[in-house]
Amino acid sequence: MSHPAKASEFLQDPAKSKWHDETLWFVRDKRDKSTKSVPEWEKLRDLASQIKDNVLANLGSYLEEFERNAKANNIHVHWAKDAAGHNEIVLGILREKQCKAIVKSKSILTEECHLNPYLEKNGVEVVDTDLGERIVQFLNQAPSHIVLPAIHLKKRDISEIFHEKLHTEKGNEDPDYLTQAARIHLREKFLNAKVAITGVNFGVAETGEFVVCTNEGNADMGVHLADVHIASMGIEKIIPKREHLGVFLRVLARSATGQSVTNYTSHFRSPSPGKEIHIILVDNGRTEQLGRPKFKDSLKCIRCGACMNTCPIYRRSGGFSYESTVPGPIGSILSPGIDLQKHSSLPFASTLCGSCTDVCPVKINIHEQLYEWRQEITKAQPDKAKSFAMKFANGIFAVPFAYNISGSMMRGALKILPDSITYSGLNTWGKQRDLPEIPNESFKDWYKKNRK
Amino acid sequence: MPSTPHIGLFIPCYVDQFYPNVAIATLELLEKLGCQVTYPMGQTCCGQPMANAGYERDTVATTKHFIRVFKDFDYIVAPSGSCVLHVKEHAPSIDGMEKEQSDLHHKIFELSEFLVDILKIDNIKGSFPHKVGFHASCHGQRGLRISSSSELNQSPFNKVKQLMANLEGLEWVELDRKDECCGFGGTFAVTEEALSIQMGKDRLDDHSIHGAEILTGGDMSCIMHLQGIAKRNRNTMQFKHFAEILNEAIS
Amino acid sequence: MSSKDLILSKIKAVPLEPKDIPIIPDFETDGDLTANFTASIQANKGEVISTDALKSLLDSGVFEKVYSRVDEYSSFSNAEFPEDAHQLNDLNLAILRGQFGVAENGAIWLEDPDMGLRALPFITEHLVIVLDSDQLVGNMHQAYQRIGKKTSGFGLFLAGPSKTADIEQSLVIGAHGAKSLRVVLL
Repeated sequence: MSHPAKASEFLQDPAKSKWHDETLWFVRDKRDKSTKSVPEWEKLRDLASQIKDNVLANLGSYLEEFERNAKANNIHVHWAKDAAGHNEIVLGILREKQCKAIVKSKSILTEECHLNPYLEKNGVEVVDTDLGERIVQFLNQAPSHIVLPAIHLKKRDISEIFHEKLHTEKGNEDPDYLTQAARIHLREKFLNAKVAITGVNFGVAETGEFVVCTNEGNADMGVHLADVHIASMGIEKIIPKREHLGVFLRVLARSATGQSVTNYTSHFRSPSPGKEIHIILVDNGRTEQLGRPKFKDSLKCIRCGACMNTCPIYRRSGGFSYESTVPGPIGSILSPGIDLQKHSSLPFASTLCGSCTDVCPVKINIHEQLYEWRQEITKAQPDKAKSFAMKFANGIFAVPFAYNISGSMMRGALKILPDSITYSGLNTWGKQRDLPEIPNESFKDWYKKNRK
Repeated sequence: MPSTPHIGLFIPCYVDQFYPNVAIATLELLEKLGCQVTYPMGQTCCGQPMANAGYERDTVATTKHFIRVFKDFDYIVAPSGSCVLHVKEHAPSIDGMEKEQSDLHHKIFELSEFLVDILKIDNIKGSFPHKVGFHASCHGQRGLRISSSSELNQSPFNKVKQLMANLEGLEWVELDRKDECCGFGGTFAVTEEALSIQMGKDRLDDHSIHGAEILTGGDMSCIMHLQGIAKRNRNTMQFKHFAEILNEAIS
Repeated sequence: MSSKDLILSKIKAVPLEPKDIPIIPDFETDGDLTANFTASIQANKGEVISTDALKSLLDSGVFEKVYSRVDEYSSFSNAEFPEDAHQLNDLNLAILRGQFGVAENGAIWLEDPDMGLRALPFITEHLVIVLDSDQLVGNMHQAYQRIGKKTSGFGLFLAGPSKTADIEQSLVIGAHGAKSLRVVLL
């Protein structure tokens, strides 16, 4: 199903869609309060953007510098050209360690690679330890938001699934109670896992260290109790120097949730004695995107989710309506690069309002890239051209913009047609909106009479 | 700059067809402020709907025509932020007309920008005793920066509000979401109809809840969409382009 | 060709304009560092308490198993420091010394020697961090200037108790990590 169909479905539950919209607006609002308390906020965005520009312009040399330094600190560095390569490397390490049960903290990259089903098919139990991710895992769903995975679920939904999976009291929806139950359940998983997988927020080329940010502490609970830490990192997550963390850590949490910083910001430089750290540098289409001049800046993304929270479309249609690992505005400029056909409705799932661009901490010109993807999609898909022509014909705008039809004829036609025809099912504009009142003369007519 | 600059009036196609009063108000307002204004009859669509639908490359002829029609004016002024933004940023480059096109980009203005930045008008004196809600059309706001964005850390400003600041009796309504999109979005209004309607309804509710009698803005596309929803739902909110308010109010 | 070579060669094949690294200016921080730090910790749902209050808390016996890496409170330690972090699972209170704190967000910097075992600040049920109030910096830029080129295997900014808002955006304190953070500013 394309985005319009899924969005329409989502809106069929008006109470739920209004709640979803208001919940995410509340997060946007928290972000605003936080950013307005930092006088140099716009300067920080400029700096973050410029640092990422420099990264993309020197990506190869930073990756090599990172590998050199990480290896010198006893971190094993792997490279994966695609999702399959990444998954095989993970499984390889698990097999070597004879490990059949792991814990995993939030990593959108591992979602992108569909790591969980791959490991499960190969006999490995994967437990997602971020509370929101564990909830959607129990429900066999994907996360609907990259930072707030369970934002589409109500307490009632979580209470029900916890009753089923964790035997919590039926009907008890208290968040404290439910969270405590999850704490106990996941504490056991942490204590028993020999291998823990995390994502990476930033990899620092200068020092070979990498940084993981969480509020729950689940990434750390996993890795510090396990023997092996596997970190999955998209190659674009590199930053040049440690001091640049000062910029990114000031903008990341504020953009994401409105907090001044995440509870835990862990810097991994070398393993504890007797333990191992592996980092997998993953391409999976990023070098392709780098080669697209109009779209390469989408690789600056630090996965804060602010664009999703601010997007009036995302708020009213939910993450699942995008059918892409990363949804929302940023997803709509990344995913067409991966599969143009599958994701062709996404750049059109926008009014190009520009709010996303204004909240992006690294100043990606998201709404402009959405416009540019539209140009690419119509070039690549002549069929879509036909469907748009149809939509034009059915929508009000074929009429004013058809300069072959004389204005007065068109206006006259609309005046005399009975409502039943004007507002017929074919005319999508008229389904829930009235047409404008038809004036007796156009401005051109008036001007001819009154000014010429 | 010539002492009496010659202004070319650029009227969006749907304003010409459906809202001639907005065009008349724009023309009269500029004339009352001492401008010499001509409406070149040969103008057609600026090409925005096609470009936004993904066919920018098919708007070459339209763009060439636009440049030819308007190139000899000192300024071009339109009561539309989105059309002006399109001409400046999304019209395809025309080979052989680089200079004219570049010059055009520097002298085309949305109405409130023109009044405040070029004519240097502080505000309009007059009377307009009504509760007015302002809809910050996105292209004018985040594209042309006619008013400040709630997303950015910047001192608030609003050129339209400034122009209305001295209208006696005018009460400016504060909204919950100052600059959320109305959901028109061009073809979006038709291709993502359910979302478009919901967004429009939410904008109208924000204005209604805060007591706006008249909803105004700088783009009739947004207003057409909001007005269409209001009428279908028997909402008695009135709708005016700010050019109509200023022209009515000016003393 | 190895994946590494493939990836690097694909990057090399893309013609890219050079872009300079920007210089990060010294951003002024105003206000009293202690007051701002305290406000940040409170905003993060942590508490700043006095040494007396900590002593009363410890005296009350409300924490069964306590481990302190801070000499002043070592008399309250009644748990052996294990070699295996798994054995810290039933620890009720850990007392650590932080190296410095960041006023803009309450982040406290700790490295391997401050923690002993990396799991400690996470696995303990409750956490107290002792910090010298003259070891506060204004913002994260100053923080990284202070960290400089240090080479600890693990470094941590810890800014509050573990928390989550994943259930209908209701804030719950005490997800997987410590259920509380009390900071003593000396």
